[in-house]
Amino acid sequence: MEAIQVSVPRIHPLDDYLRTDRLPHTLCPGCGIGIALNAFLRAVSELVGEGRLDRKNVLFVGGIGCTARTSMYTMFDSAHVTHGRAIPFATGARLANPNIIPVVFSGDGDLAGIGGNHLIHAARRNMDLLVVVINNMTYGLTGGQLSPTTPTGHYTTTTPYGNPERPFNLIPLVAAAGGNYVARASITQPEVMKSYFKKALLKEGFRLIEVVSTCPENYGRHLGYKSPSDFYLKIKGVVKMRSGVKPWDVKYDWNSEITIGEFVDRNEPGFSRLLHEQVRKVMAGEN
Amino acid sequence: MRGVSVGYLTGNQAVAEGAMAAGLKFYAGYPITPASDLFEYLSEKLPKRGGIVYQGEDEIASIVAAIGASWSGAKAMTATSGPGFSLMAESIGLAAMTETPVVVAVNMRTGPSTGIATTPGQGDVMQSRWLSHGHYPVVVYAPTGVQDSFDLTIKAFNVAEALRVPAIILSDAAIAHGREKVMMRSDVPVVSRKKPTPGSKYLPYEAGDDLVPPMAAFGEGFNVLVESLQHDERGYYVPTSHAFEKLVTRLNRKVDDNRKMIVESRVYGEENADVLLVAFGSYARVARGAARRAREEGFRVRVFVPISIWPLDEEGLRREASRAGSVVVMENNLGQLYREVQRVVRDRDVGFLPLLKVELPTPTEALRSLRGMVRA
Repeated sequence: MEAIQVSVPRIHPLDDYLRTDRLPHTLCPGCGIGIALNAFLRAVSELVGEGRLDRKNVLFVGGIGCTARTSMYTMFDSAHVTHGRAIPFATGARLANPNIIPVVFSGDGDLAGIGGNHLIHAARRNMDLLVVVINNMTYGLTGGQLSPTTPTGHYTTTTPYGNPERPFNLIPLVAAAGGNYVARASITQPEVMKSYFKKALLKEGFRLIEVVSTCPENYGRHLGYKSPSDFYLKIKGVVKMRSGVKPWDVKYDWNSEITIGEFVDRNEPGFSRLLHEQVRKVMAGEN
Repeated sequence: MRGVSVGYLTGNQAVAEGAMAAGLKFYAGYPITPASDLFEYLSEKLPKRGGIVYQGEDEIASIVAAIGASWSGAKAMTATSGPGFSLMAESIGLAAMTETPVVVAVNMRTGPSTGIATTPGQGDVMQSRWLSHGHYPVVVYAPTGVQDSFDLTIKAFNVAEALRVPAIILSDAAIAHGREKVMMRSDVPVVSRKKPTPGSKYLPYEAGDDLVPPMAAFGEGFNVLVESLQHDERGYYVPTSHAFEKLVTRLNRKVDDNRKMIVESRVYGEENADVLLVAFGSYARVARGAARRAREEGFRVRVFVPISIWPLDEEGLRREASRAGSVVVMENNLGQLYREVQRVVRDRDVGFLPLLKVELPTPTEALRSLRGMVRA
């Protein structure tokens, strides 16, 4: 049986950046991933419009998970790889061609769980990657299991008596490992998120943007949120935008505050540039 | 001889030289015995040729980086041994599914688990073929020495590039660390993946009659979609029986239909022998030594050495098996190549001589064991 072809007229300003013949997508109503992808694509579109970004060089990579699946829809060079391996894939692609601008767009389970080792080592190397972690605090695609960022006490399908673990606070984790840019945004503030994307897309070295998001279908319902907007409003209430905060003072506490803002913003040379400069020197006999 | 340099290299160094001769541009590794010195050798040599050497945080990071680099247009490889190869299982499947040319040099050591890091093994014959889940294509070459390590690495790259498959060089600790004379030709035939025509409408998984789709690189404007999920010609996820059958059949037929390009075997010794002794890798050397000693005793041993072990030279093996008094497989495991030989030579009994050793057996030892099981 051949797949049914649905023709969707190009009416959205971001249609140029999507494989529109694949729509509709598989994300649930009320999901936060669309808000984040929209902000990201608007950032790209504006930078392309301003002549500051060549979209041909953008490589959009996801591992496994609801967020990673956005790589199936984006109209860039895209890769939808194995679980947790988006960062090493993007690393290899960039090191082999330093013109590539790799963006890893994936979830908390993919990047902080199974791919957690790659995350901290990419930050340590200051590897030239923009890593976007859409943190919905759960493994949504597999039905809502415990993730490394699930707050303590929360009910998930694998913690039906409440989560006895403590979650990762990704901001101090990644800031301690290294990297040029570490920020946390929220789907409740999409314009701020877009401004972070625009800034980070033009920087070299390792950049992490965590986006606090929702999963009303497979997570929120276990927490007692009757509708996606209840979950959304909870996040809107708990995130606090702060500037001038040190990464280690950034909070990740579901009951008091999840701090959002920019916490690391440096311009140290990226690993890719350093490595390629070294190769050039070796070839010239200077090293 | 012009265009030939002569070296006295280890197997690991010869693999590295072969890779560079084949056009290696990206090496990602992780330290493991007995493959670390291949990594170290390339760390010094490859940057001089403008290539990139990268140390991943583990074997998974290394092979996946090689796969990513391959999609950026670079000829890419990694090297490892048993435990590291086990970690690469999923990624071999990723390379096969996304039709990414990548070469993996595997130096077998003694297993299972961490086993003995420093001694040669032959326990990974089945692993080299069926490491990852699903029915996927892979090509495996087994060098018998340092010269083979150079020559077969070039061949592995060429086959990987021509067919867009992962290719494995299955060596062992004895060859990897043994030093021999090697002749390195500078004008080796080098094959590179075929590319789509610039500006053409391009579907990353649409193949012609040769079953191998052209491969665009990242950054060339083709909006490539690399998809690990079951996919159609566009790279779109299609979870149907039709798409499953179509893709998995084509992926595997790429290798089956191109066996002529891939398979290689060698025979040594006289025809109409009392016994055809089948052995690969470093045990092929032992088998040849045993055959020479056997001759002095009036016992005629012909040696069949599969160079490609996945796939085997089935025709050659059947032909040789039909001419010998009996057929015996000798290897350093409890029956892996043996099973494949049994499958191929199905009209007669195949004897099995397991020599479980952490150092190479002497030819005399091997001959004694062989004579114990075969009456001339």
